[in-house]
Amino acid sequence: MSERDESVAQSHEVTERAVWRALGEVPDPEIPVVSLVDLGVVKAVEIEGDRVRVDFAPTFMGCPALEVMQRMLAEKVEELGVEAEVRVLLDDSWSTDDITPEGREKLRTAGFAPPAPRPSGTLELVQLQRGFRCPYCGSTDTRLENLFGPTPCRSIRYCESCRQPFEQFKTI
Amino acid sequence: MSARTDLLLSIADDELILGWRDSEWTGIAPFLEEDVALSSIAQNEIGHARALYELAAAELGTSADELAFDRRPAQYRCAPLVQLRRLEWARTIARRWLYETADEIRLEELKGSDDGELAGIAAKMNREEAYHRLHAEMWVDRLLASEEGRRRFFEAVDELWPYALGVLDEGLRSELRRRVEERLGRELPAAEAIERGRHEPELVELWDEMTMVRRSAPAGARW
Repeated sequence: MSERDESVAQSHEVTERAVWRALGEVPDPEIPVVSLVDLGVVKAVEIEGDRVRVDFAPTFMGCPALEVMQRMLAEKVEELGVEAEVRVLLDDSWSTDDITPEGREKLRTAGFAPPAPRPSGTLELVQLQRGFRCPYCGSTDTRLENLFGPTPCRSIRYCESCRQPFEQFKTI
Repeated sequence: MSARTDLLLSIADDELILGWRDSEWTGIAPFLEEDVALSSIAQNEIGHARALYELAAAELGTSADELAFDRRPAQYRCAPLVQLRRLEWARTIARRWLYETADEIRLEELKGSDDGELAGIAAKMNREEAYHRLHAEMWVDRLLASEEGRRRFFEAVDELWPYALGVLDEGLRSELRRRVEERLGRELPAAEAIERGRHEPELVELWDEMTMVRRSAPAGARW
């Protein structure tokens, strides 16, 4: 590798890290304690000169915040003085298993039970009825109240111990 | 129009119109949990429609919104099953369950497609639809548990069965019959499918309402 090639490779590496760092500051618009990077929905960053492409996977395709997130990601990248393209991936490349450990902890602190691991086979109701841990009091004496909640990615649960309803991120 | 675009629009139209029908329960479902459930399902079905329209739009050189709202009612390809106006509860559940059962067969087929884009979107949709299926199955259990529930649910299934057949291509219909009969433990009547391409008067009324705002501002509106 010539000296020139090396410097190009190096500056790309730095820039990519800068892009990831910037994207790490973009909050989920509906659960702002976690960032989109915490959720694992930013799948890839590709840099070509002063153009940056970000691949982004929606949690649920019916997510009402999809366009807002796309715009927030683009604006954040553009703050670095480059052109941004945010591509929405319409495939099965994201799973709630991709939420980072920090992301899961932040969800818990904000009163959301993190999702159960993705099952290898078909999703069964009984898997969702198990006693997930209440994010407020830690009891596992909880029940599924409604598969559906205020956004497509959330379910409603109820803690029999502290009598507090709470939300859970759906496994996907 | 390619067979691929035709297929994308058929599924997208099914999801858009069913999503719209489901949303008609918002505020008036039998109880609060169902109000939330049907509203959330509706939102997600319409999200699927948007994604499918985007793929079709890329091929047709148009946009998802134009496909969703700027066609005439006769140009929609949705199955007559989803066109029917808000039904009473047992029939609403029967329609949801029949649709989700048919849709699962269709998505399983598409997931195996050589077309990577189609296979990918089908896999994603299928994961999300799993929640819609759980919801429908839970209600089937509940209705089958009482005499009156059974009677009303079976009546609804029999009435909607020819419509349900029309959701799928001919080659997949025997599988739908097998699954429905197995789940209900009873035989279904022989029936002629009510095919895609037929437009119920109720679709025109829905279209009129759904596109009203957009038609009122043909140059586009900014909010």
